[in-house]
Amino acid sequence: MPDQDSSVGPSAMVEMRGVQKHFGEHHVLKDVDLSVARGEVVVVVGPSGSGKSTLCRCINRLETITSGTITVDGVPLPEEGKALAQLRAEVGMVFQSFNLFAHRTVLDNLTMAPIHVHGTSRAQAQTNARELLERVGISEKANQFPAQLSGGQQQRAAIARALAMRPKVMLFDEPTSALDPEMVSEVLDVMVTLAAEGLTMIVVTHEMGFARRAADRVVFMDDGYVVEQNTPAAFFDSPQSTRAQAFLSKILPR
Amino acid sequence: MGIFVSDVGSLLAALGTTITMAVIAGIGSIVLGVVITAARISPIPVLRGAALVYVQFFVNVPLLVLLVVAVFALPDAGLMMPLTPTAVIVLTFYEAAYTAEAIRSGVNTVSAGQIEASRALGFTLLQTLRLVVVPQALRAAVQPIGNVMIALTMNTALAAAVGVVELTSSANKLNLVQAQPILIFSVTGAVYMALALAIGLGAGRIERRVAIKR
Repeated sequence: MPDQDSSVGPSAMVEMRGVQKHFGEHHVLKDVDLSVARGEVVVVVGPSGSGKSTLCRCINRLETITSGTITVDGVPLPEEGKALAQLRAEVGMVFQSFNLFAHRTVLDNLTMAPIHVHGTSRAQAQTNARELLERVGISEKANQFPAQLSGGQQQRAAIARALAMRPKVMLFDEPTSALDPEMVSEVLDVMVTLAAEGLTMIVVTHEMGFARRAADRVVFMDDGYVVEQNTPAAFFDSPQSTRAQAFLSKILPR
Repeated sequence: MGIFVSDVGSLLAALGTTITMAVIAGIGSIVLGVVITAARISPIPVLRGAALVYVQFFVNVPLLVLLVVAVFALPDAGLMMPLTPTAVIVLTFYEAAYTAEAIRSGVNTVSAGQIEASRALGFTLLQTLRLVVVPQALRAAVQPIGNVMIALTMNTALAAAVGVVELTSSANKLNLVQAQPILIFSVTGAVYMALALAIGLGAGRIERRVAIKR
Protein backbone atom coordinates (compact mmCIF):
# COMPACT_ATOMS: atom_id res chain seq x y z
CA MET A 1 0.00 0.00 0.00
CA PRO A 2 1.33 3.45 -0.85
CA ASP A 3 2.03 5.99 1.82
CA GLN A 4 -1.25 7.41 3.08
CA ASP A 5 0.36 10.44 4.65
CA SER A 6 -0.67 13.62 2.86
CA SER A 7 2.69 15.29 3.57
CA VAL A 8 4.91 12.80 1.82
CA GLY A 9 7.56 15.41 1.07
CA PRO A 10 10.14 15.26 -1.68
CA SER A 11 9.38 11.68 -2.66
CA ALA A 12 5.88 12.73 -3.79
CA MET A 13 5.04 12.23 -7.47
CA VAL A 14 2.86 15.32 -7.55
CA GLU A 15 3.14 18.08 -5.02
CA MET A 16 0.93 21.17 -4.99
CA ARG A 17 1.64 23.89 -2.44
CA GLY A 18 -0.45 27.00 -1.87
CA VAL A 19 -1.91 26.86 -5.36
CA GLN A 20 -4.21 29.73 -6.27
CA LYS A 21 -6.02 30.00 -9.59
CA HIS A 22 -8.16 32.83 -10.86
CA PHE A 23 -10.23 32.96 -14.04
CA GLY A 24 -10.60 36.72 -14.20
CA GLU A 25 -12.67 37.67 -11.17
CA HIS A 26 -13.48 34.07 -10.42
CA HIS A 27 -11.30 32.44 -7.73
CA VAL A 28 -11.26 28.76 -8.75
CA LEU A 29 -8.52 27.19 -6.62
CA LYS A 30 -8.05 28.53 -3.12
CA ASP A 31 -4.75 27.78 -1.44
CA VAL A 32 -4.71 24.14 -2.52
CA ASP A 33 -2.15 21.77 -0.97
CA LEU A 34 -2.04 18.26 -2.32
CA SER A 35 0.59 15.55 -2.36
CA VAL A 36 0.26 12.39 -4.36
CA ALA A 37 2.71 9.63 -3.58
CA ARG A 38 4.30 7.29 -6.09
CA GLY A 39 1.84 4.55 -6.96
CA GLU A 40 -1.02 6.25 -5.16
CA VAL A 41 -4.50 6.49 -6.64
CA VAL A 42 -6.20 9.72 -5.63
CA VAL A 43 -9.80 10.31 -6.57
CA VAL A 44 -10.99 13.92 -6.53
CA VAL A 45 -14.70 14.38 -5.97
CA GLY A 46 -16.93 17.36 -5.36
CA PRO A 47 -19.84 19.31 -6.79
CA SER A 48 -19.72 20.86 -10.28
CA GLY A 49 -17.70 24.05 -10.28
CA SER A 50 -15.76 23.06 -7.18
CA GLY A 51 -12.48 23.38 -9.09
CA LYS A 52 -11.60 19.71 -9.37
CA SER A 53 -11.17 19.70 -13.15
CA THR A 54 -9.10 22.85 -12.98
CA LEU A 55 -6.90 21.25 -10.33
CA CYS A 56 -6.34 18.31 -12.64
CA ARG A 57 -5.55 20.54 -15.63
CA CYS A 58 -3.07 22.62 -13.66
CA ILE A 59 -0.85 19.61 -13.02
CA ASN A 60 0.32 19.47 -16.65
CA ARG A 61 -0.11 23.20 -17.07
CA LEU A 62 -3.01 23.09 -19.50
CA GLU A 63 -4.13 25.79 -17.09
CA THR A 64 -1.59 28.19 -15.60
CA ILE A 65 -1.82 28.94 -11.92
CA THR A 66 -1.92 32.40 -10.38
CA SER A 67 0.45 31.56 -7.53
CA GLY A 68 1.83 28.64 -5.57
CA THR A 69 4.05 25.77 -6.68
CA ILE A 70 3.47 22.47 -8.44
CA THR A 71 6.19 19.86 -8.79
CA VAL A 72 6.01 16.60 -10.68
CA ASP A 73 8.50 13.95 -9.57
CA GLY A 74 10.43 16.67 -7.74
CA VAL A 75 10.67 18.98 -10.76
CA PRO A 76 8.83 22.32 -10.66
CA LEU A 77 6.52 22.85 -13.66
CA PRO A 78 8.50 24.66 -16.36
CA GLU A 79 7.18 27.72 -18.17
CA GLU A 80 6.18 27.28 -21.83
CA GLY A 81 8.58 25.74 -24.32
CA LYS A 82 10.52 22.51 -24.77
CA ALA A 83 10.91 21.81 -21.05
CA LEU A 84 7.16 21.99 -20.53
CA ALA A 85 6.56 19.69 -23.52
CA GLN A 86 9.02 17.23 -21.95
CA LEU A 87 7.21 17.31 -18.64
CA ARG A 88 3.85 16.82 -20.33
CA ALA A 89 5.29 13.78 -22.11
CA GLU A 90 5.71 12.22 -18.65
CA VAL A 91 2.21 13.07 -17.46
CA GLY A 92 -0.58 11.18 -19.19
CA MET A 93 -3.96 12.78 -19.53
CA VAL A 94 -7.38 11.40 -20.32
CA PHE A 95 -10.12 13.87 -21.19
CA GLN A 96 -13.87 13.82 -20.81
CA SER A 97 -14.33 14.15 -24.58
CA PHE A 98 -11.64 11.58 -25.55
CA ASN A 99 -9.94 14.01 -27.97
CA LEU A 100 -8.52 11.33 -30.24
CA PHE A 101 -6.94 12.65 -33.43
CA ALA A 102 -9.79 12.26 -35.91
CA HIS A 103 -7.64 12.00 -39.04
CA ARG A 104 -5.49 9.11 -37.80
CA THR A 105 -6.26 5.47 -37.11
CA VAL A 106 -6.44 4.23 -33.54
CA LEU A 107 -2.99 2.65 -33.94
CA ASP A 108 -1.54 5.94 -35.25
CA ASN A 109 -3.13 7.76 -32.33
CA LEU A 110 -1.08 5.53 -30.03
CA THR A 111 2.20 5.71 -31.97
CA MET A 112 2.36 9.41 -32.90
CA ALA A 113 3.62 10.73 -29.58
CA PRO A 114 6.15 7.92 -28.87
CA ILE A 115 7.58 8.39 -32.39
CA HIS A 116 7.66 12.18 -32.50
CA VAL A 117 8.29 13.00 -28.84
CA HIS A 118 10.36 10.04 -27.57
CA GLY A 119 11.96 9.15 -30.91
CA THR A 120 10.83 5.53 -30.64
CA SER A 121 11.12 3.60 -33.92
CA ARG A 122 7.86 3.11 -35.80
CA ALA A 123 8.08 -0.68 -35.52
CA GLN A 124 8.71 -0.58 -31.78
CA ALA A 125 5.97 1.98 -31.23
CA GLN A 126 3.50 -0.18 -33.15
CA THR A 127 4.42 -3.29 -31.18
CA ASN A 128 3.88 -1.41 -27.92
CA ALA A 129 0.66 0.11 -29.22
CA ARG A 130 -0.79 -3.27 -30.18
CA GLU A 131 0.04 -4.61 -26.71
CA LEU A 132 -1.73 -1.66 -25.12
CA LEU A 133 -4.79 -2.02 -27.35
CA GLU A 134 -4.86 -5.67 -26.32
CA ARG A 135 -4.73 -4.61 -22.68
CA VAL A 136 -7.68 -2.24 -23.02
CA GLY A 137 -9.56 -4.81 -25.08
CA ILE A 138 -9.84 -3.11 -28.47
CA SER A 139 -7.02 -4.72 -30.46
CA GLU A 140 -9.40 -5.40 -33.35
CA LYS A 141 -9.96 -1.64 -33.73
CA ALA A 142 -6.32 -0.77 -34.44
CA ASN A 143 -6.86 0.21 -38.07
CA GLN A 144 -10.16 2.01 -37.63
CA PHE A 145 -10.68 5.73 -37.28
CA PRO A 146 -11.86 7.23 -33.98
CA ALA A 147 -15.31 8.15 -35.29
CA GLN A 148 -15.91 4.48 -36.15
CA LEU A 149 -15.61 3.49 -32.46
CA SER A 150 -18.19 3.71 -29.70
CA GLY A 151 -17.64 6.23 -26.93
CA GLY A 152 -16.38 3.59 -24.53
CA GLN A 153 -13.97 2.23 -27.13
CA GLN A 154 -12.74 5.73 -27.93
CA GLN A 155 -12.06 6.43 -24.28
CA ARG A 156 -10.19 3.14 -23.88
CA ALA A 157 -8.14 4.08 -26.96
CA ALA A 158 -7.46 7.47 -25.38
CA ILE A 159 -6.28 5.78 -22.18
CA ALA A 160 -4.02 3.51 -24.24
CA ARG A 161 -2.69 6.56 -26.12
CA ALA A 162 -1.70 8.18 -22.84
CA LEU A 163 -0.17 4.93 -21.54
CA ALA A 164 1.89 4.58 -24.73
CA MET A 165 4.09 7.39 -23.43
CA ARG A 166 4.84 5.34 -20.29
CA PRO A 167 3.82 8.25 -18.07
CA LYS A 168 4.92 8.60 -14.45
CA VAL A 169 1.45 9.73 -13.50
CA MET A 170 -1.93 9.70 -15.22
CA LEU A 171 -4.54 12.41 -14.93
CA PHE A 172 -8.17 11.51 -15.62
CA ASP A 173 -10.47 14.49 -16.09
CA GLU A 174 -14.01 13.09 -15.75
CA PRO A 175 -13.24 10.20 -18.10
CA THR A 176 -16.73 8.69 -18.00
CA SER A 177 -18.88 11.82 -17.90
CA ALA A 178 -19.45 11.93 -21.68
CA LEU A 179 -20.26 8.23 -21.97
CA ASP A 180 -23.56 6.49 -22.36
CA PRO A 181 -24.33 4.66 -19.10
CA GLU A 182 -23.79 1.18 -20.56
CA MET A 183 -20.24 2.11 -21.57
CA VAL A 184 -19.08 3.50 -18.25
CA SER A 185 -18.08 0.19 -16.74
CA GLU A 186 -15.82 -0.91 -19.61
CA VAL A 187 -13.76 2.25 -19.07
CA LEU A 188 -13.80 2.00 -15.28
CA ASP A 189 -12.69 -1.64 -15.47
CA VAL A 190 -9.58 -0.59 -17.39
CA MET A 191 -8.90 2.12 -14.81
CA VAL A 192 -9.35 -0.29 -11.90
CA THR A 193 -6.81 -2.62 -13.49
CA LEU A 194 -4.33 0.22 -13.95
CA ALA A 195 -4.80 1.26 -10.33
CA ALA A 196 -4.17 -2.31 -9.17
CA GLU A 197 -0.99 -2.42 -11.24
CA GLY A 198 0.45 0.44 -9.21
CA LEU A 199 0.13 3.32 -11.67
CA THR A 200 0.06 6.74 -10.00
CA MET A 201 -3.34 8.18 -10.84
CA ILE A 202 -5.26 11.34 -10.14
CA VAL A 203 -8.88 10.84 -11.11
CA VAL A 204 -11.57 13.49 -11.21
CA THR A 205 -14.87 11.67 -11.36
CA HIS A 206 -18.45 11.44 -10.25
CA GLU A 207 -18.18 7.64 -10.11
CA MET A 208 -18.28 6.99 -6.38
CA GLY A 209 -18.21 3.25 -7.00
CA PHE A 210 -14.82 3.63 -8.66
CA ALA A 211 -13.59 5.75 -5.77
CA ARG A 212 -14.57 3.03 -3.30
CA ARG A 213 -13.07 0.23 -5.37
CA ALA A 214 -9.82 1.73 -6.57
CA ALA A 215 -8.87 4.82 -4.60
CA ASP A 216 -6.18 4.92 -1.94
CA ARG A 217 -7.43 8.34 -0.96
CA VAL A 218 -10.46 10.47 -1.73
CA VAL A 219 -10.02 14.22 -1.93
CA PHE A 220 -13.20 16.24 -1.55
CA MET A 221 -13.27 19.71 -3.07
CA ASP A 222 -15.88 22.41 -2.72
CA ASP A 223 -15.85 26.03 -3.84
CA GLY A 224 -12.14 25.91 -4.73
CA TYR A 225 -10.97 24.45 -1.42
CA VAL A 226 -9.72 20.98 -0.62
CA VAL A 227 -12.18 20.47 2.20
CA GLU A 228 -11.44 16.96 3.29
CA GLN A 229 -9.31 13.96 2.36
CA ASN A 230 -9.41 10.46 3.67
CA THR A 231 -9.45 6.78 2.76
CA PRO A 232 -12.53 5.89 0.69
CA ALA A 233 -14.04 3.87 3.51
CA ALA A 234 -13.64 6.66 6.06
CA PHE A 235 -14.75 9.36 3.62
CA PHE A 236 -17.91 7.66 2.42
CA ASP A 237 -18.94 6.14 5.74
CA SER A 238 -18.14 9.00 8.07
CA PRO A 239 -17.45 12.28 6.27
CA GLN A 240 -16.11 14.86 8.71
CA SER A 241 -17.14 18.18 7.15
CA THR A 242 -20.71 19.30 6.80
CA ARG A 243 -20.09 20.15 3.14
CA ALA A 244 -18.95 16.61 2.39
CA GLN A 245 -21.93 15.24 4.30
CA ALA A 246 -24.28 17.44 2.26
CA PHE A 247 -22.56 16.42 -0.99
CA LEU A 248 -22.69 12.71 -0.22
CA SER A 249 -26.31 12.85 0.91
CA LYS A 250 -27.19 14.26 -2.52
CA ILE A 251 -25.32 11.76 -4.68
CA LEU A 252 -25.29 8.45 -2.83
CA PRO A 253 -28.28 6.21 -3.42
CA ARG A 254 -30.60 6.43 -0.48
CA MET B 1 -12.10 27.59 -87.00
CA GLY B 2 -9.39 28.11 -89.63
CA ILE B 3 -8.28 31.31 -87.98
CA PHE B 4 -7.10 29.36 -84.93
CA VAL B 5 -5.21 26.74 -86.96
CA SER B 6 -2.95 29.33 -88.56
CA ASP B 7 -1.83 30.51 -85.11
CA VAL B 8 -2.10 27.25 -83.21
CA GLY B 9 1.55 27.23 -82.16
CA SER B 10 1.53 30.58 -80.43
CA LEU B 11 -1.92 29.99 -78.93
CA LEU B 12 -0.84 26.71 -77.38
CA ALA B 13 2.34 28.33 -76.08
CA ALA B 14 0.19 31.07 -74.53
CA LEU B 15 -2.13 28.49 -72.96
CA GLY B 16 1.00 26.80 -71.61
CA THR B 17 2.06 30.10 -70.04
CA THR B 18 -1.38 30.52 -68.43
CA ILE B 19 -1.29 27.00 -67.00
CA THR B 20 2.31 27.33 -65.82
CA MET B 21 1.53 30.61 -64.08
CA ALA B 22 -1.54 29.11 -62.43
CA VAL B 23 0.28 25.96 -61.27
CA ILE B 24 3.36 27.71 -59.87
CA ALA B 25 1.39 30.53 -58.24
CA GLY B 26 -1.15 27.97 -57.00
CA ILE B 27 1.42 25.80 -55.24
CA GLY B 28 3.26 28.87 -53.99
CA SER B 29 0.11 30.45 -52.59
CA ILE B 30 -0.90 27.25 -50.77
CA VAL B 31 2.53 26.94 -49.14
CA LEU B 32 2.60 30.63 -48.25
CA GLY B 33 -1.03 30.39 -47.11
CA VAL B 34 -0.12 27.62 -44.64
CA VAL B 35 2.71 29.76 -43.24
CA ILE B 36 0.43 32.81 -42.92
CA THR B 37 -2.26 30.74 -41.22
CA ALA B 38 0.28 29.27 -38.80
CA ALA B 39 1.33 32.82 -37.92
CA ARG B 40 -2.31 33.87 -37.68
CA ILE B 41 -3.10 31.25 -35.04
CA SER B 42 0.26 31.30 -33.23
CA PRO B 43 0.46 32.41 -29.60
CA ILE B 44 2.94 35.16 -30.57
CA PRO B 45 1.08 38.50 -30.89
CA VAL B 46 3.60 40.04 -33.33
CA LEU B 47 3.21 37.13 -35.76
CA ARG B 48 -0.56 37.21 -35.44
CA GLY B 49 -0.62 40.95 -36.15
CA ALA B 50 1.72 40.65 -39.13
CA ALA B 51 -0.39 37.86 -40.65
CA LEU B 52 -3.56 39.88 -40.17
CA VAL B 53 -2.02 42.95 -41.82
CA TYR B 54 -0.78 40.78 -44.70
CA VAL B 55 -4.21 39.30 -45.37
CA GLN B 56 -5.99 42.63 -45.07
CA PHE B 57 -3.51 44.34 -47.39
CA PHE B 58 -3.79 41.84 -50.22
CA VAL B 59 -7.53 41.38 -49.91
CA ASN B 60 -8.09 45.14 -50.10
CA VAL B 61 -5.80 46.11 -52.98
CA PRO B 62 -6.82 45.25 -56.57
CA LEU B 63 -4.60 42.66 -58.24
CA LEU B 64 -4.16 44.89 -61.30
CA VAL B 65 -2.74 47.66 -59.14
CA LEU B 66 -0.27 45.21 -57.59
CA LEU B 67 0.75 43.93 -61.03
CA VAL B 68 1.28 47.43 -62.40
CA VAL B 69 3.27 48.43 -59.34
CA ALA B 70 5.44 45.32 -59.56
CA VAL B 71 6.05 45.60 -63.29
CA PHE B 72 6.65 49.35 -63.54
CA ALA B 73 7.72 50.49 -60.10
CA LEU B 74 10.09 47.71 -59.06
CA PRO B 75 12.45 48.22 -62.05
CA ASP B 76 12.58 51.91 -61.09
CA ALA B 77 13.71 50.78 -57.66
CA GLY B 78 16.46 48.73 -59.32
CA LEU B 79 14.75 45.32 -59.18
CA MET B 80 14.84 43.92 -62.70
CA MET B 81 12.98 40.69 -63.46
CA PRO B 82 11.35 39.19 -66.55
CA LEU B 83 7.63 39.86 -66.89
CA THR B 84 6.17 36.39 -66.39
CA PRO B 85 8.07 35.55 -63.16
CA THR B 86 7.12 38.98 -61.82
CA ALA B 87 3.44 38.28 -62.52
CA VAL B 88 3.72 34.80 -60.94
CA ILE B 89 5.24 36.25 -57.78
CA VAL B 90 2.54 38.92 -57.51
CA LEU B 91 -0.17 36.30 -58.06
CA THR B 92 1.40 34.06 -55.41
CA PHE B 93 1.50 36.81 -52.78
CA TYR B 94 -1.99 38.00 -53.69
CA GLU B 95 -3.72 34.62 -53.71
CA ALA B 96 -1.87 33.49 -50.57
CA ALA B 97 -4.07 35.92 -48.63
CA TYR B 98 -7.13 34.08 -49.91
CA THR B 99 -5.73 30.56 -49.40
CA ALA B 100 -4.76 31.62 -45.87
CA GLU B 101 -8.37 32.56 -45.17
CA ALA B 102 -9.56 29.26 -46.69
CA ILE B 103 -7.12 27.28 -44.53
CA ARG B 104 -8.08 29.26 -41.45
CA SER B 105 -11.68 28.21 -41.97
CA GLY B 106 -10.33 24.64 -42.01
CA VAL B 107 -8.38 25.20 -38.80
CA ASN B 108 -11.61 26.15 -37.07
CA THR B 109 -12.93 22.65 -37.76
CA VAL B 110 -10.18 21.08 -35.57
CA SER B 111 -11.56 20.76 -32.06
CA ALA B 112 -9.79 22.59 -29.26
CA GLY B 113 -9.78 19.26 -27.40
CA GLN B 114 -7.50 17.63 -29.97
CA ILE B 115 -5.07 20.51 -29.65
CA GLU B 116 -5.12 20.13 -25.85
CA ALA B 117 -4.56 16.38 -26.19
CA SER B 118 -1.63 17.08 -28.47
CA ARG B 119 -0.07 19.46 -25.95
CA ALA B 120 -0.75 17.02 -23.13
CA LEU B 121 1.15 14.30 -25.03
CA GLY B 122 4.23 16.52 -25.14
CA PHE B 123 4.07 17.80 -28.72
CA THR B 124 5.67 21.19 -29.25
CA LEU B 125 3.63 23.93 -30.90
CA LEU B 126 5.17 23.17 -34.29
CA GLN B 127 4.51 19.44 -33.91
CA THR B 128 0.92 20.16 -32.92
CA LEU B 129 0.49 22.25 -36.04
CA ARG B 130 2.26 19.78 -38.33
CA LEU B 131 0.80 16.54 -37.00
CA VAL B 132 -2.65 17.50 -35.81
CA VAL B 133 -3.91 20.89 -36.98
CA VAL B 134 -2.62 21.36 -40.53
CA PRO B 135 -3.50 17.88 -41.87
CA GLN B 136 -7.08 18.24 -40.69
CA ALA B 137 -7.38 21.91 -41.64
CA LEU B 138 -6.18 21.21 -45.19
CA ARG B 139 -8.68 18.37 -45.56
CA ALA B 140 -11.54 20.65 -44.57
CA ALA B 141 -10.18 23.44 -46.79
CA VAL B 142 -9.84 21.43 -50.02
CA GLN B 143 -12.99 22.79 -51.64
CA PRO B 144 -12.47 26.43 -50.56
CA ILE B 145 -8.84 26.22 -51.73
CA GLY B 146 -10.12 24.79 -55.04
CA ASN B 147 -12.28 27.89 -55.44
CA VAL B 148 -9.27 30.13 -54.77
CA MET B 149 -7.31 28.16 -57.39
CA ILE B 150 -10.08 28.74 -59.94
CA ALA B 151 -10.07 32.47 -59.16
CA LEU B 152 -6.29 32.45 -59.46
CA THR B 153 -6.46 30.85 -62.91
CA MET B 154 -8.93 33.49 -64.04
CA ASN B 155 -6.73 36.19 -62.53
CA THR B 156 -3.75 35.15 -64.64
CA ALA B 157 -5.58 36.95 -67.48
CA LEU B 158 -4.81 40.26 -65.75
CA ALA B 159 -1.15 39.63 -66.47
CA ALA B 160 -2.01 40.41 -70.11
CA ALA B 161 -2.46 44.03 -69.04
CA VAL B 162 1.19 44.30 -68.06
CA GLY B 163 2.54 42.57 -71.16
CA VAL B 164 2.71 38.86 -70.27
CA VAL B 165 1.88 36.82 -73.35
CA GLU B 166 -0.63 34.40 -71.91
CA LEU B 167 -3.91 33.10 -73.28
CA THR B 168 -5.96 36.31 -73.15
CA SER B 169 -3.14 38.41 -74.52
CA SER B 170 -2.55 35.92 -77.31
CA ALA B 171 -6.26 35.85 -78.18
CA ASN B 172 -6.24 39.62 -78.23
CA LYS B 173 -3.32 39.63 -80.67
CA LEU B 174 -5.12 37.16 -82.90
CA ASN B 175 -8.19 39.36 -82.87
CA LEU B 176 -6.17 42.39 -83.96
CA VAL B 177 -5.29 40.48 -87.14
CA GLN B 178 -8.55 38.57 -87.71
CA ALA B 179 -11.12 41.01 -86.31
CA GLN B 180 -13.49 38.26 -85.15
CA PRO B 181 -13.90 39.17 -81.47
CA ILE B 182 -17.04 37.15 -80.76
CA LEU B 183 -15.65 33.89 -82.02
CA ILE B 184 -12.13 34.38 -80.70
CA PHE B 185 -13.11 35.44 -77.19
CA SER B 186 -15.91 32.88 -76.94
CA VAL B 187 -13.43 30.11 -77.63
CA THR B 188 -10.91 31.67 -75.24
CA GLY B 189 -13.61 31.90 -72.58
CA ALA B 190 -14.51 28.25 -73.14
CA VAL B 191 -10.87 27.29 -72.59
CA TYR B 192 -10.88 29.15 -69.24
CA MET B 193 -14.13 27.39 -68.35
CA ALA B 194 -12.54 24.04 -69.13
CA LEU B 195 -9.60 24.89 -66.85
CA ALA B 196 -11.96 25.93 -64.05
CA LEU B 197 -13.99 22.78 -64.48
CA ALA B 198 -10.84 20.64 -64.33
CA ILE B 199 -9.74 22.34 -61.11
CA GLY B 200 -13.21 21.98 -59.60
CA LEU B 201 -13.41 18.29 -60.46
CA GLY B 202 -9.86 17.75 -59.20
CA ALA B 203 -10.70 19.43 -55.90
CA GLY B 204 -13.82 17.30 -55.52
CA ARG B 205 -11.78 14.17 -56.14
CA ILE B 206 -9.10 15.14 -53.64
CA GLU B 207 -11.77 16.02 -51.09
CA ARG B 208 -13.33 12.57 -51.36
CA ARG B 209 -9.95 10.82 -51.24
CA VAL B 210 -8.72 12.56 -48.09
CA ALA B 211 -12.06 12.64 -46.30
CA ILE B 212 -11.77 11.47 -42.69
CA LYS B 213 -13.66 8.22 -42.22
CA ARG B 214 -16.69 8.57 -39.99
